[in-house]
Amino acid sequence: MINRYEVYETNQMIEQENLDVRTITLGISLLDCVDSDIEKLNEKIYNKITTVAKDLVSTGAAIEQEFGIPIVNKRISITPISLVGGAACKTSADYVMIAKTLDAAAKKVGVNFIGGYSALVSKSMTAGDKLLIQSIPEALSCTERVCSSINVGSTKTGINMDAVRLCGEIVKATAEATKENDSLGCAKLVVFCNAPDDNPFMAGAFLGVTEGDAVINVGVSGPGVVKHAIEKARGKDFEKLCEIIKKTAFKITRVGQLVAGEASKRLGVPFGIVDLSLAPTPAIGDSVAEILEEIGLERVGAPGTTAALAMLNDQVKKGGVMASSYVGGLSGAFIPVSEDQGMIDAVKLGALNLEKLEAMTCVCSVGLDMIAIPGKTEAATISGIIADEMAIGMVNQKTTAVRLIPVIGKDVGDTAEFGGLLGYAPIIPVNEFDCSTFVNRRGRIPAPIHSFKN
Amino acid sequence: MKKCIITVVGKDTVGIIAKVCTYLAERNVNILDISQTIVDGYFNMMAIVDVTNAKDEVLTMAKELEEVGKTVGVMIHCQREEIFEKMHRL
Repeated sequence: MINRYEVYETNQMIEQENLDVRTITLGISLLDCVDSDIEKLNEKIYNKITTVAKDLVSTGAAIEQEFGIPIVNKRISITPISLVGGAACKTSADYVMIAKTLDAAAKKVGVNFIGGYSALVSKSMTAGDKLLIQSIPEALSCTERVCSSINVGSTKTGINMDAVRLCGEIVKATAEATKENDSLGCAKLVVFCNAPDDNPFMAGAFLGVTEGDAVINVGVSGPGVVKHAIEKARGKDFEKLCEIIKKTAFKITRVGQLVAGEASKRLGVPFGIVDLSLAPTPAIGDSVAEILEEIGLERVGAPGTTAALAMLNDQVKKGGVMASSYVGGLSGAFIPVSEDQGMIDAVKLGALNLEKLEAMTCVCSVGLDMIAIPGKTEAATISGIIADEMAIGMVNQKTTAVRLIPVIGKDVGDTAEFGGLLGYAPIIPVNEFDCSTFVNRRGRIPAPIHSFKN
Repeated sequence: MKKCIITVVGKDTVGIIAKVCTYLAERNVNILDISQTIVDGYFNMMAIVDVTNAKDEVLTMAKELEEVGKTVGVMIHCQREEIFEKMHRL
């Protein structure tokens, strides 16, 4: 039978170390809503989402109360809208109408984000894909809860550089369109390489075409729990340190698996995956950076950071995999700057820069995330940064992503405020040497060779 | 058998267990295991209870027990056993 110490340990994790389930994300396929009439399409989308997801928020709240585990977000991911809207949308304005429908549906069912205003263009773009991508600045400025993503590359197809070039312009235009709120629109826009079909985390969540009609995916969290656990390993060797991280990750993930199973049973929707993630928040003691510092770095960004992060990421996966029947999504430690107090502090102190962040993304999920850059940064430079990050994903057969926020009207030394879970971020300097000749070449970077791996 | 774990933490006073147990008895909840200590004047209790034949849902009891706790100045949590079982048992 469960003993007092076990109960105490679990409740301490929840009450003092910020253990929570970060998100229950209900994936809903919209493929059966496809219609060539835009009015009918919008109606079908609204009806499907508000029917399938009507009990999502109340079910999440009930599980939260019964098990005593906070479930921070209840969210929805949908089929990429470029596929759903392709037949009906003749202009970018038509796509914006769908974005407004999604926003209304999200508000009706009470979820804080709906992800899947997306296009998958890793090899090439259809006319519909292009219209959707061009509609993103307006769609994100006139809606509140819609999240957008674009997959511009993969290990199998290479990198679509035409899409990368366009994305640089779109990120910049989205920043302009939402400049009143520190370019907040860009916090809801992710550019991917090797985007997963079952990611429960925003802003990059969408329901891939390989998925079923509806699915429950769960993202767990708990950097604070890992940080606290490894305090016991100060001065110990790597073997002991790794053991503690693995065991802690196992415990955290089991909670995610339990919640996923319950949500699936109660909603009558199949369970998909648990995303084994360490997702920080701006709250004190909920930071991935603090784990790295506890491992032995004065500040994140110091030499040794990449190695420490690689080890952390791997141990989290090793512990988590056994705790869940199905693992997927992004799975790994997240390193968003604005959402992690330790990362914010490191940037302020000059310990962490964009280049080191890029190196860190080689060994963890997911990429250059929630990084505020000067508003004057050229679109071509943003495309160059995106291309670099996509190349890391393509060559290493992993998911990488870019969520940069060029904060219009602000420069290095200023701070951007996004509010809530999105946090705040000091503006980070960007290498200003020109890359436009490279970015302006047409076509795509070919897929890498899959042998001779050195 | 459907089990819940009840934990009570707070400043010690007369009748905390009596309050909790009365509430549980009224809902037809059976106590399987109960232990309690006082550390530096702080009351600490844990009980494993059987809610299979309870008159109310776990959700309702969790909310009501929280209220019961407030009347005597302690924190009461009532959680389904699975969260502990899953975390600490293979």
